[in-house]
Amino acid sequence: MAITDNAPKASFRLGMLLYDARYRSITIQILFLIALMLGLGWLASNAVVNLDKMGYVPSFSFLTQRAGYDISFKLIDYTHDDTHFRALLVGLVNTLFISALGCITATIIGVTAGVLRLSKNWVIARLMTLYVEIFRNVPLLLWLLVIFAILTEATPAPNAFRGANPAAHMWLWHSVAVTNRYVALPAPLFSRSLGSVQTDMLTLVAVIIASLLVNRFVVHRASAVQYATGVRPTTWWKSLLILFVPAIALLVMLGFHFEYPVLKGFNFSGGIQAPNFVFALWLGLSIYTGTYIAEIVRSGILAVSRGQSEAAYALGLRPGRTMSLVVLPQALRVIVPPMISQFLNLTKNSTLAAAISYPDLTATLGGITLNQTGRALECVLLMMMIYLIISLLISLAMNLFNRSVSLKER
Amino acid sequence: MNRTVFLGALTVAGLVASFASASTLDEVKARGVLNCGVNVGLVGFAAPDANGKWTGFDVAICKAVAAAVLGDPNKVKYVPTTGETRFTSLSSGEIDLLARNSTWTFSRDVDLKFTFTGVNYYDGQGFMVRKDLGVTSAKELGGATICIQTGTTTELNLADYFKTHKMTYTPIAIKTDAEGKQQFLAGACDAYTTDRSGLAALRAGFEKPDDYVILPEVISKEPLSPLVRQGDDQWADIVRWTENALIAAEEYGITSANIEEMAKGTTNPEINRILGTEGNLGAMFGLDKEWAKRAIAASGNYGEIFEANIGVSTPIGLARGLNAQWTQGGLMYAPPFR
Amino acid sequence: MTDANTATAFVRTAMLPQQPPPISQRGVIKWMRENLFSGPLNTVLTLVGLAAVFMILQGVLPWLLHGVWTAKSLNECRAIITKTWGDGADGACWAVIHERWPQYIYGFYPSDQYWRPNLAFVLMLVAIAPILFGAVPRQMLLFTAAFPAVAFWLLWGGSVWLAVVILAGFALGVIALKLGLRLGGAILGVGAAVLIPVLWWLFFAGSAAGALDALAPLDLVRVQSDKFGGFLLAFVIGICGIGFSLPLGILLSLGRRSDMPLIKYVCVGFIEFIRGVPLITLLFTASFLLSYFLPPGTTFDLILRVIIMVTLFSAAYIAEVVRGGLAALPRGQYEAADALGLDYWKAQRLIIMPQALKISIPGIVSSFIGLFKDTTLVIFVSLLDPLKGITDAVRASSEWNGVYWEPYIFSGSIFFIFCFGMSRYSQYLERKLKTDHR
Repeated sequence: MAITDNAPKASFRLGMLLYDARYRSITIQILFLIALMLGLGWLASNAVVNLDKMGYVPSFSFLTQRAGYDISFKLIDYTHDDTHFRALLVGLVNTLFISALGCITATIIGVTAGVLRLSKNWVIARLMTLYVEIFRNVPLLLWLLVIFAILTEATPAPNAFRGANPAAHMWLWHSVAVTNRYVALPAPLFSRSLGSVQTDMLTLVAVIIASLLVNRFVVHRASAVQYATGVRPTTWWKSLLILFVPAIALLVMLGFHFEYPVLKGFNFSGGIQAPNFVFALWLGLSIYTGTYIAEIVRSGILAVSRGQSEAAYALGLRPGRTMSLVVLPQALRVIVPPMISQFLNLTKNSTLAAAISYPDLTATLGGITLNQTGRALECVLLMMMIYLIISLLISLAMNLFNRSVSLKER
Repeated sequence: MNRTVFLGALTVAGLVASFASASTLDEVKARGVLNCGVNVGLVGFAAPDANGKWTGFDVAICKAVAAAVLGDPNKVKYVPTTGETRFTSLSSGEIDLLARNSTWTFSRDVDLKFTFTGVNYYDGQGFMVRKDLGVTSAKELGGATICIQTGTTTELNLADYFKTHKMTYTPIAIKTDAEGKQQFLAGACDAYTTDRSGLAALRAGFEKPDDYVILPEVISKEPLSPLVRQGDDQWADIVRWTENALIAAEEYGITSANIEEMAKGTTNPEINRILGTEGNLGAMFGLDKEWAKRAIAASGNYGEIFEANIGVSTPIGLARGLNAQWTQGGLMYAPPFR
Repeated sequence: MTDANTATAFVRTAMLPQQPPPISQRGVIKWMRENLFSGPLNTVLTLVGLAAVFMILQGVLPWLLHGVWTAKSLNECRAIITKTWGDGADGACWAVIHERWPQYIYGFYPSDQYWRPNLAFVLMLVAIAPILFGAVPRQMLLFTAAFPAVAFWLLWGGSVWLAVVILAGFALGVIALKLGLRLGGAILGVGAAVLIPVLWWLFFAGSAAGALDALAPLDLVRVQSDKFGGFLLAFVIGICGIGFSLPLGILLSLGRRSDMPLIKYVCVGFIEFIRGVPLITLLFTASFLLSYFLPPGTTFDLILRVIIMVTLFSAAYIAEVVRGGLAALPRGQYEAADALGLDYWKAQRLIIMPQALKISIPGIVSSFIGLFKDTTLVIFVSLLDPLKGITDAVRASSEWNGVYWEPYIFSGSIFFIFCFGMSRYSQYLERKLKTDHR
């Protein structure tokens, strides 16, 4: 028997496709690919045959036609003479708007409730448990309908503000009217405008951000001086000056004033009107999602070992500061990934808006446009695509944030 | 694995029905049940009662067609449809006939490839307001907040009307009756707009109907008609002539009470032709002689159906108006049966 | 005593009775001081909380207490309330629930057949008992496996033999798997286990059912899908979705972690797509689009289409939950399974999945709760869901036209009971399965 240091080279046999682990995965994948292609091809050919039989030619040309309907809440310009595509954009902007607002308030509500649920205060802890259990165990649709109905029933109609001795009064020195249709707020106006209200607002925001940056620089300087000399120079009056004077000066320069809402005819005119369904949807989405975030926050806090908070107490930190400086930052690592999916859920849940007449994407494109044009195939496909893109963008952004808070091991 | 098996099981169970076979008529006959698309719930037109029995003006059409084709007005499967789902249900073959107060428009007829089988109710869009608002005409509604029930041509008519009259308004689009009503009663909108028949039905359900008025303006034409898929003329004819038979029956005084009597033969050849005692009109579209007799016997003639579901004696209380027979100054005019 | 001279010394021979702690340190007051008024902030919070509770109760209680349980219509309800509580009194009209509760529970299911959903519900409880509670004998799992066919027969009716031949297919599959494994190894076994039942269902099941039916007809009245509504519908969709999405979700999560790139990317694509779109669009797809992609001339029952879409939707979420569980397992577990020489499926079945699923229980249950709540969305494709579909149908009748809050409160409470029950159960399971000693 000859001894060789070369492994025997087996020739390739067909059976190895099944029994040899090196090749089996390729076999399986090829079979899978074939099955997948066959399946997709079957679906596609069915679709072609069906559409042909119905004489239905898919076409997106309806997007360029005149929409002809009005939308009750719009953040970009739109009239019924605009196209269906413009209506789609209005819906999309509304979806993004309510999702963004909802995510912010849901986080605030959720973190508060999650922290308070662990509070030593018996009443508060029980109330928060009650809140979480009641709201998360009942369908969101019900909450939206209920909140909307309560907002409508509990507030006076604009009519009630009429007359010498009205049944309802405006709030805050006759500037805010809470009605069962909308909240009428004073609108900021500029008599010496730079162009449009938007540019004025942007300038104002820019100035405020600049002041904040300068203020930060001053505080840093003060800290540097404190480290160097041990004496911290007084900065509070500098900060006040830097923070407020430029903004106020700009406002005066632009001729800032409010336009107050006045009851005229059926409704208030002038000022800004924030419709009730926006509040209802906003409130409903944030309260509902808030319960999920509260649970995430609670389990995140519980996941931080007790030694951390004990150490913080030993250092003399008060409970509030322990929570905000020691426990929450560590809990954040556990909290952020599930929070991302809650934000995604909130965005997707905003499709329920149609039930309370908030004109989001589902209500404009998937509702009235679909209804008027009868183009179900195109509208639903377009809707799915848009929501998919929104979801992917949100998860992208949140994953970047997640990377920044995740544990950096050294 | 589990899922495919389930599908297979259901295939055997006949839940997956086949409709391509031949004509809609053959298929309905083979199935033994008429799939009829109706409203999810609109008082007077189509609504299920406590036992799940559907009643209403539109439902009566389904029953008449089922009686004509299958010989039994109860062999109907009512498929509730929303404004969004109704047309796809019809074009995908889920339903054979859509009797859901749908307005006959050009684009629906031509672009969406449907055949409207003839108007069974002439409607028009109107406004309802609270009496104490002091509004007597729709032209005074400038600046008002208006609740619209979506899902019909309502939104477009409203926009057009206010544009023509150079007025502004704030629309609140409402998905269902119940929400719209709740909003309107709470005063969240000054006016409520939908088809006038719908307004009457809505007002009938108010606690104090007399506090509300329907304004005199009719801002649109809403010829409501049942519809079927384009391309099957035989089926379209059956639905069309079933409707015509109901209308003609009223004109010639055939009622559910005297139909047996009349079917024995009358001196009026037109009645005899309708009821199948003379000639055999039904054979021309694949039905038997007595198809129209059964259709009329199902829930009475057009006038009886109207009075029983939405007429003056019902809480909805609609007058015949445009929907009276042509002999009474209305628009209901059945072509001759010959 | 060492010192006898100190005779005057006082020695207490009996213990003094124990003093009660100061009033501020005991009983209710201590508890209140510690739990309600431990600081200014807590005091304010407590007072605000109590005030909120008081205001809500003050607003709602009279309405609830003035409720009327028996009346034929809303107007009668209102008359009774006015008569009993005086003019201007407001009250709940629970009579609508009392009158119409069969509709809320069964939709338009024929009333003489109510025993069938009832029986199916009881059988469901029996079927899930061995899954939920370890104490129930394992043989019960056989019944659990047979339950879907039984429930299908009970709910939709038709011939019992249909359910029997479907089950027979599964039995054939199991036998084929055992025989194949003994005779020709894994490939033959799995191949036969898939092929034989499929062939049976496609070619023989129909005629076998027909023949058996002719021999011994055992039929239930056929009930069409359009009669389903209310909580019956929610349960049918919810339970089917839950039952089918779990296995599918596990497969998807395994696919996502697979070494084979093609399978992995297809699974990733599928999961991300489903998770990226709202359920409403999937329901719209079920309602509008699915029929375009089926062979010309076939149309599915709408409930079935909705179940398929809901299952796919929930499977994607479960896949993510299970993936989290898989990721949380230490690598050592996989390596240990390899070291023992287990093949992929054995390793998954015996080592990986039991641990991964245990970790993912809370996530899985909350997916299920979400799915059950999401069954209310079927109203958007005009199915009669218990929350809004049935309520709208009830309100469309002239007697109950105008009822608003009561139906919502009723169906909301039922949803609450079931969802709360499920979440409590998952907490119990978590405690029971917690085997590590932390």
